[in-house]
Amino acid sequence: MTIEGADIVKAAAFLGAGISMGLGAIGPGVGEGMAAAKACEAIGRNPKEAGLLTRTMLVGQAVAESTGIYSLVIALLLLFVV
Amino acid sequence: MGFGAIGAAVGEGYTAAQANAALSRDPENAGGIFKSMLVGQAIAESASIFALVVAMILLFSDFSNGSYVTVAALFGAGLAMGFGAIGSGVGSGFPAGAACVGLARQPAISGKLTTNMLIGSAVCQTPSIFAMVTAFILLFSDFSQSPVNPTWAAVLGAGLASGLGAIGSGIGGGSVAEASSEGVARQPGALTTVTNVMLLGQAITQTPAILALLVSFILIFKSYPATGAIAPAMALLASGLCMGIGAIGPGIGEGIASSGGVRWIARNSSIAGDLTRTMLVGMAVAESTAIYSMVIALVLIFVV
Repeated sequence: MTIEGADIVKAAAFLGAGISMGLGAIGPGVGEGMAAAKACEAIGRNPKEAGLLTRTMLVGQAVAESTGIYSLVIALLLLFVV
Repeated sequence: MGFGAIGAAVGEGYTAAQANAALSRDPENAGGIFKSMLVGQAIAESASIFALVVAMILLFSDFSNGSYVTVAALFGAGLAMGFGAIGSGVGSGFPAGAACVGLARQPAISGKLTTNMLIGSAVCQTPSIFAMVTAFILLFSDFSQSPVNPTWAAVLGAGLASGLGAIGSGIGGGSVAEASSEGVARQPGALTTVTNVMLLGQAITQTPAILALLVSFILIFKSYPATGAIAPAMALLASGLCMGIGAIGPGIGEGIASSGGVRWIARNSSIAGDLTRTMLVGMAVAESTAIYSMVIALVLIFVV
């Protein structure tokens, strides 16, 4: 089996895409969970503000999600552009 | 096996530490706390027993007529079960520890508390059972008709996907069950609501492990054209890694979200509806990165 340069570059790009998305999913997953747990705690203490708290939770989670989306973008770039 | 033992050891250690804390609070109830600790540890141990079974099969079977694909499949089976046992071992320790502390607080409801703990930690074992299923399929499938080059990476990737993918859901399911045991000890009256929400939360926490199982089944059962290039093989390996690692975070995160929901429903069950809704919305958002990982994994298998 002969291995050419282009083949190795492609192989490395695929591996990099997988690792990028995989590792990149850890942080947002854990962080969004923490946000949701705190929102539940706050609603438990002060149920009247449930609407406001859920909104704040979603905004916080959307920001925490951004690094996950960066990873997704990088993975897609590695798969289809490189 | 080695990885599998890590999880069980951490889980059991946590249980023992919590049991000691509970003992210092309520020394008269030592017998009950000790019993609860042992039951909880036995369940945490079961994940590592699964790993032991797979390791024994690997050691004592005759694989002398296998190809390189068989070698990769056996390696994948070992990785699947080893990583897969970590999460369930750690996770099952959490409810056992919380039950010990709860017993010290409320010795009168030991029966209800133990039942709740057992349900919670049994559900924690499911990710390691998923990993065991993948390990057995890898051990006993016949790959002699498949071309060596991409298939080795597919079976290795399948093992990594379901093994790593089980870590997060095991730990996450454990934190839900911990919150539930704690909640039942605080508010025995809310037992039914708390158990129901716990099961709902644990079920959703399992989804990253189920996505990982799905990807590993696709990797095992798809047939690949023979190739001399290394890129298609790396795409399959990366697909398994991507789904496996990507499922860790959402699994743990959904567990944390759901444990918050369960804990506060136990304290304030009159607003169970509001809390369940917020919990579910939060978990759905936490799930999104697992779904991105699955998309990338499927693109790696089917498109590139």
